[in-house]
Amino acid sequence: MTARDSLEATPRDRGDRAPGDAIEERGLVQGLAGYGLGLALAAGLTAAAFFVAAGHLVWGPAIPMALVTLAVAQMGVHLVFFLHLTSGPDNTNNALALAFGVLIVALVLGGSVWIMAHLNHLHPAMAQMMSMRR
Amino acid sequence: MSAAAHVRATGHGQGGPASKRIVVGYGFWLFLLSDIVMFSAFFAAWAVLARSTAGGPSGRDLFEPPRVAAETALLLASSFTCGLSALATRARSLVWTELALLATGLLGAAFLVLEAQEFAGLVARGAGPQRSAFLSAFFALVGCHGLHVAAGLLWLGTMMAQIPVKGFRATLERRMLCFNLFWHTLDIIWVGLFTVVYLLGAGA
Repeated sequence: MTARDSLEATPRDRGDRAPGDAIEERGLVQGLAGYGLGLALAAGLTAAAFFVAAGHLVWGPAIPMALVTLAVAQMGVHLVFFLHLTSGPDNTNNALALAFGVLIVALVLGGSVWIMAHLNHLHPAMAQMMSMRR
Repeated sequence: MSAAAHVRATGHGQGGPASKRIVVGYGFWLFLLSDIVMFSAFFAAWAVLARSTAGGPSGRDLFEPPRVAAETALLLASSFTCGLSALATRARSLVWTELALLATGLLGAAFLVLEAQEFAGLVARGAGPQRSAFLSAFFALVGCHGLHVAAGLLWLGTMMAQIPVKGFRATLERRMLCFNLFWHTLDIIWVGLFTVVYLLGAGA
């Protein structure tokens, strides 16, 4: 093993940080505080999601959007506090890869829901046409 | 960042390749993102099929919010202890690394037990994956996440066995980095899963 492979990034790596790696300058206490803060925020958002889903806190038709918003917020908390993703220049590659992943996920999810909703919308009309032809 | 530092920045076409830890971590990050894309296909199938109950039970009849809340709490706590194992590895503490990994594994195993109980209960009630398209999509999506957790537990056990034998050498530090990425990503997928499947599915 060369020194290059050791845990701490070598000085020549100042331009990049491995995904998931904490900021080197932070000590043990600060690292612990970061994970603790992430845990508290994530637990709060989870509790809020279950509360919104169960209760009468939010106007009924708005509940799905409220739940999706809370989920996206919690995913952001996980990315920042557990995976240590930042907007800094040493995280450019990591953030760009994530952005591409999010794009594909949005295309797959949004595209599927959109197309199938249209098919369902057209389905009664097609059934009518088929019966008219008979 | 000063201009001089930027010229020598590795991994940007200047200053040579990045160190192995960054290359390995980035490669595993790309794998996890492709795994998330695979999960998005299962999520899309769920979104399309969630109301196709074929006259059978719906999510409102089947899902147990307290069980899902417990599963969520277990997985979130395990994500936290997994982060503690990364801190302990940085601090080169064998005891704390092993303890944090053990806690992560026990919490993950408890999650799997709750999920297996739920699946067994559904199948016993005649609400197995072959009952309706809704239940096929449910078992495929939730089961796929459960399989990932099970694979993560195998990996975790391997790490717990390797670290005391081999010590904190560079290869093991990279494996710990990748395991941490894997486990945190599973929790991110679970956030989408409990929201879309259990909370939205029970209200639909």
